[in-house]
Amino acid sequence: MSGKFTSVTALAAPYEPINVDTDQIIPARFLKAPRKEGYGRFLFHDLREDPAFVLNRAPYDKARILVASDNFGCGSSREGAAYAFFDAGFRAIVAPSFGDIFFNNCLKNGIVPARLPADTCRELRRRLTQAPGTEITVDLETQLVDGKHAFAVDPFFREMLLKGVDEIGLTLTLLPEIEAFERAYAAKTPWMSGS
Amino acid sequence: MHSSSMATPRTLFDKIWQRHVIAQRRGQVLLYVDRQFLHDGSVHAFNALAARGLKVRRPAQNFGTPDHYVPTVSRSAADAPTAEIRFMVENFARNVELHGIPAVQLGDERQGIVHVVGPEQGLTRPGLLIVCGDSHTSTHGALGALAFGIGQSEAEHVLATQALWQAPQKTMRIRVEGRRPAGVSAKDVILAIVGRIGVGGAVRHVIEYAGSAIRAMSIEERLTVCNMSIEAGARAGMVAPDDTTFAYLADRPFAPKGRLWDEALAYWKTLLSDPDAKFDAEVSLDAGTLEPMVTWGTNPGHVLPVTGAVPAGETRALDYMGLAPGTRLEGLPVDRVFIGSCTNSRIEDLRAAAAIVRGRKAKVPALVVPGSGLVKRQAEAEGLDRVFREAGFEWRHAGCSMCVGVNGDIGRPQERIASTSNRNFEGRQGRGVRTHLMSPAMAAAAAVSGAIVDVRKLA
Repeated sequence: MSGKFTSVTALAAPYEPINVDTDQIIPARFLKAPRKEGYGRFLFHDLREDPAFVLNRAPYDKARILVASDNFGCGSSREGAAYAFFDAGFRAIVAPSFGDIFFNNCLKNGIVPARLPADTCRELRRRLTQAPGTEITVDLETQLVDGKHAFAVDPFFREMLLKGVDEIGLTLTLLPEIEAFERAYAAKTPWMSGS
Repeated sequence: MHSSSMATPRTLFDKIWQRHVIAQRRGQVLLYVDRQFLHDGSVHAFNALAARGLKVRRPAQNFGTPDHYVPTVSRSAADAPTAEIRFMVENFARNVELHGIPAVQLGDERQGIVHVVGPEQGLTRPGLLIVCGDSHTSTHGALGALAFGIGQSEAEHVLATQALWQAPQKTMRIRVEGRRPAGVSAKDVILAIVGRIGVGGAVRHVIEYAGSAIRAMSIEERLTVCNMSIEAGARAGMVAPDDTTFAYLADRPFAPKGRLWDEALAYWKTLLSDPDAKFDAEVSLDAGTLEPMVTWGTNPGHVLPVTGAVPAGETRALDYMGLAPGTRLEGLPVDRVFIGSCTNSRIEDLRAAAAIVRGRKAKVPALVVPGSGLVKRQAEAEGLDRVFREAGFEWRHAGCSMCVGVNGDIGRPQERIASTSNRNFEGRQGRGVRTHLMSPAMAAAAAVSGAIVDVRKLA
């Protein structure tokens, strides 16, 4: 967990392709790098060799929010995709839908994945394209983008992000429940978890 | 009064999910994890755990095998192409040893791709909740488990607590009815499904595969189908266990024995969707109309029957693939062939490929990578290795190899590869490599023809 998150107002970049897989976000050959060395340099690594790639162009090179398209972050479970966004300064990604594992990985890494309707995302991307440098606001407290577009984050993870709660720490407070579960399990169904 | 007659009909997914609920908090459910599989890409989870100074809470409920980074040319980590890759394999061995986690290491014949090893060892069983830091964990659902891929933070959470917070999932039933025509494999079935519903078609859903064509499948075929559930965006895919499942599991090393087997079996037989259970989405396919499938683009939903031609419209994908609209898939020259991966590296896959290769010669470099050391041994006992070698194929040791390429098994830029793996994403098999996904028989046919061909004309 990466501290408390309430709201981010930042320059946003539009990214049009649908079904962006995590192999594009970070090629697999970089996943063995130690996290402490920083993953920001790997973000869209191979695509960024094209000078025209959106995050290479001013002012989008300063973006900290991405407005993307359907099924963003599909494919591999590599958490390096979320590390790369976070280490490159991104704190929110807005899209109509996300790959499920990438969505969870964002929440665990201080990035708000905000689902907005496809029309709203398209309109936001159009605005960002026509007026480069536009800032948008993703507010986790009100669950609104730019004060008007409502998005839903599971209340559990919203609270964790808002309060900066450590998830493992929280779960360990439920250890008595976990142990009770295990006792019942061992008594009734020893063949379930017994290896 | 019988409570069963009053109960709401439940899906297979509902039954397994509900049995694993420890606690609920604000829309999230704390689920008990029966088993976590670990592989040599799990380094970030172990590092994070170490940084907190935490121990693995239930080592025996984890199981490890190195697969992503292992060399396939030998069984020595020293043969990894770089020191960094070698470190991944050796560091994994140290981590599982440090935490007392059961594992099969490089050099142990039971080592292999984690999604091949789990079922093979009987570690994957009906009703279990299984996770692994790999999206193809959906594979294990073929035995009636609820199995899904997770990130490294989630893997760390499971190591520390043996539990995991998840949001409830929606359900989708995909019925495949009828008989598959000759030359149409389980891989073709799942490629057709992904083509039909799209790579985002099952996002936030767990798929249950049903219907006579699924029932008629072997466990290995079901593993292939469930494996690629994630390619339709599904978190998991599953098949209700049946006699085929029970026969597969009997006598596997980690399967319950004696009285425990009988008790487990009685429970496993309850693991099927109730007749009136409601699914959030329903899809159906007629297996009798399917053909061998080949991908033409840069995601697994870009797929057509081998008799098809490349469509117009996906300019970016076609540029990457070096294909013009209207190009026929049949006859497209390939530069290399890969037979392997957690999708298609089991003994039945190797038999299907060898049946095509027998008596023919590879016209392009071709690589066969068995899914585990035990699959390799079985193939050698059947003489399949000789069939491949005599035809000029390379016969390697078990690992993920050219499916993801992190061990250094990659193609060259612009090479066109016929592959039995699961992802044709840009750069997946090496920078600029153009991947065409297909079945083992189709990949074998491509190898001996030097081009994509319709295996039905070769067989």
